[in-house]
Order: sequence, then C-alpha cells, then structure tokens
Amino acid sequence: MTRENPSPYVVTAPASSHRVWKDRAPLIGRLDMELTERCNNNCIHCCINLPEDDKARLREMSKDEIKRILNEAVALGALSVRFTGGEPLLREDFSEMYLYARKLGLKVMLFTNARCITPEIADMLALVPPLEKIEVTVYGMTRGSYEAVSRSPGSFDEFRRGMDLLLERKIPFIVKGAVLPPNRDEMEQFEEWAATIPAMDKPPSYSIFFDLRCRRDSPEKNHLIHTLRAKPRDGVSILSRNRESYLKSMREFCSKFMRPPGDSLFSCGAGHGACVDAYGMVQPCLMLRHPSVVYNLKSGSLKDALTRFFPAVREMKATNPDYLSRCARCFLKGLCETCPAKSWMEHGTLDTPVEYLCEVAHEQARDLGLILEGEKAWEVKDWEERIRRFSKNIPG
Amino acid sequence: MEHEVSLDRVYSPSKDIVARDVMGELIIVPLASGIGNTEDEIYTLNETGRAIWDRLDGRTNLREIAKSLAREFDAPPGEIELDIQGLIGELFHRRMVIAV
Ligand code: SF4
Repeated sequence: MTRENPSPYVVTAPASSHRVWKDRAPLIGRLDMELTERCNNNCIHCCINLPEDDKARLREMSKDEIKRILNEAVALGALSVRFTGGEPLLREDFSEMYLYARKLGLKVMLFTNARCITPEIADMLALVPPLEKIEVTVYGMTRGSYEAVSRSPGSFDEFRRGMDLLLERKIPFIVKGAVLPPNRDEMEQFEEWAATIPAMDKPPSYSIFFDLRCRRDSPEKNHLIHTLRAKPRDGVSILSRNRESYLKSMREFCSKFMRPPGDSLFSCGAGHGACVDAYGMVQPCLMLRHPSVVYNLKSGSLKDALTRFFPAVREMKATNPDYLSRCARCFLKGLCETCPAKSWMEHGTLDTPVEYLCEVAHEQARDLGLILEGEKAWEVKDWEERIRRFSKNIPG
Repeated sequence: MEHEVSLDRVYSPSKDIVARDVMGELIIVPLASGIGNTEDEIYTLNETGRAIWDRLDGRTNLREIAKSLAREFDAPPGEIELDIQGLIGELFHRRMVIAV
C-alpha cells in the first residue's frame, strides 16, 4: 500500500509494503548478520555468548569479508541488514560496518544490550539514522536483578547510560525483556517504564522459553538454562496476561497457521532469507546451525546459497519415527516451537520432538480450549473443526 | 526551504541519500537524518521522475535535460520543462538533490 501521496513524481511508501519487495520479491529482503558471538554480558540464560576476550575473535569475519557479503546482499536486492550477536557493538570496527551498510542504501536493524553505546556511537546513529528502531534487551529494572542475570559487574549502569544517550538524541529504540527468576517480579515495573519510551508503540515482548546452547558447546550452561525455563503453565500465563488481545491474535493465528506438517521438515520461512554467522557461514535461520544445512560463504556466494543450497535444504524430509508418529501428524505444529533448529539445539538432530516445547504447546492448546486434559494433539482427528470453532469463537 | 528551480542550473543527487536500482526500480533511501518522516520510509520515482533523475549527472543543466528528453520521447519541451521544475523542486525540498 502506498501512503497518501500528493506528489505526482515521488512515491513514498513504507519499506514493509513497498511493491518491489512485496510483489517482485528480490532474492533477499533482509540479511541477518551476527557480527560476533562474544558478549560483554554473561547472561545466565544465553544460548550463544562467548566471553568478551574469547579467542573466537581470531576466527571472526574480517571487515573486508563482511563488506563483500553486504555488497552481494545489496546486489541481490536486500533492503535491510540486521546486526546482531553476541553483542555486535563489541567489534572495534562496528561503526565502520554500520556506515558501510547505510551508504550501500541498507536500513540497519541493531540488536544490542546498549552497554557499548558511547556518545560517539550515539552521535553517529543520530546523524545517520538506522531507519529501523534499535532493539535493546533489558535484563532487570534494578542493579541487583540486572546483574544477577548479566553476571557482569557495572553492566547495569552502562546499559542505563546507553539508553540515556539514545533518549537524549531522540534515536528511536524499543526494549524487550527476558523473564528470569531474578526479574520475574518486575514485569509490571518494566512495562510501566517501557511505556514511557517514545518509540514503544506496543507492550514489550519477552523471551520466556529459553533455547539451549545453539553451538551445543556446554552441558553445564544447558543444565542452568533448563532450571531457568518457565514451567509451561507459568509461561502460558505470561503469554496470555492481556487476555483479550491474546485471544484475538491467537484466533487469527490458528485459523491461518495450524495444521499437521507431514514429513516436511521446513514449514517456516527458513532458507528464504539468509543469516550469516560470525565466521562467514550462512544459515537458513538465526538458530539453525546443524552442519548439514549451513553453507560456507568463504568459498561460495549468497546467490548460490539462496538459489541452490537452501532450496535443497527446504526439501528435506523428517525420518525419525518418533517425529513421524507425532509432530508430522500434530495440528499444533504452527503453535509449537519444535522445529529443526530447536531439535538441533536439544538433540543434535533435525527431527526430534522437543519435550519441553511439546508440553508448552499442549498447555497453550488446553488454555485455548483446543484440546482437553490428557489429550495428545497428534491423536486428535477433528482438529479442523476445533480450529474452525475456536477461530470463529463458537462455544464448543 | 525556499528555492526557485532554474532551468539554467545544474543539479545533482545529494549525498544525504542513497539511490539504488532494485529490480529495475529506482529506490531512494535516506542516509542523513531528517529526510523521511518515519523510520521505514523509502521513496521511488515515477517513470518521468526516473528519466529525469538518470540525467542528473552534475554537469548538464535542466534546460539541456529537457531538450534531450523532448527528443527522446517526442514531447513538447515546454511540458517537459514543467515536469522537471516540479520534480526538482520537490526533490530539492526533500534534500534529495542539490544545486551544483
Ligand atoms: S506439540 Fe509435540 S507432537 Fe506436536 S509438533 Fe510440537 S513437539 Fe511435535
């Protein structure tokens, strides 16, 4: 849709609905790029962070490699790049990469903890705006709760300073939360504060059902993450705390996206975009690092990944009998977060049901009235009728 | 910003924007702050606008551009001059072109 536009010459349109990206679908709309896996925080729940001074730095892409990939993404039609990590601002050449991307005509999405935002970086962001709201994850409202999560002394003050620098310069940003034992009682306070941030046009989103380590690198950290995960019932209560709007969005969602997937592994958008990790491997989605589905950009091209490699990945079928007898037949599949990426993180495979996520999906479905206590979703025969009634709000 | 567009002047794309060709369409992405109204706004020129934009080489004045377009499209130069003045006025106002 084009905005009301009195000019006969210049057509103004929000990028999200611009006809080039909507109708003509260039090979890639947005490129995701992890600039580093290192982070200045050491969050208790994090699925990716390495220490700030980790020797992984030596393996990270050089700035020339990053520039080459950005050039190719632009040539293929990308409109935006998301810089994430780890903490992307830890890279000493962050400003150079940022300006390079913007001068190529890319919008930049930036995911950060805000600790490294200095007056110089804030000035740069004010002068050459990212054209997307910056997204800042907030780990607590007090020094005590924040640093109990970040396990990094001084991090709270640095994060607050970063926020203040953005606010002073009117740089649009939004905040997101992660619901964890140290900050669980602060949600109300967090939401009240978030509502005072000018660019927040809706309540903040939260991470609740934490992922295990996406490099499968630390059983100890995985053990800790297991203990931090919300119980399915508690998680669903958080998800549905604004009951009316939650039900409205779920009715819409369920009518569109819920059905058994069969043996196709990928029913999501994985592989339609590209996510480049800190070392120059491109993944079909940010979380999916199984070696059989990633592509080495150092010896190939984004175009080859998008036109040859990923389409073949998307054709992959599940073979695990457990998956085939459950997930393949399960109408909660759109609701459930079990997917090849989560299966990789939990089990090192692409097609193993993830019990925790299965429990969450069943809890959510019970809460919505889609299944009864004790029912297994993959055994439900009249699922279409149940979804129809739920979507239309017909009492069952 | 008041500015009278003169056909005898030379204009060129401003350094405050990036012009890209995406799938055959000219897309103008703001670079410096204060160009778009919202954070996700981008711009496209219509066909006439695109034909004029492609000739803003920083050397040719607008009258010459009008002549070359009149020849190419077999259209009355007066009409084309009006289009050029309209477009350049708007782009100048939006900080997308500068007078050289
Ligand atoms: S709810 Fe359970 S059976 Fe259904 S898709 Fe998720 S993990 Fe598979």
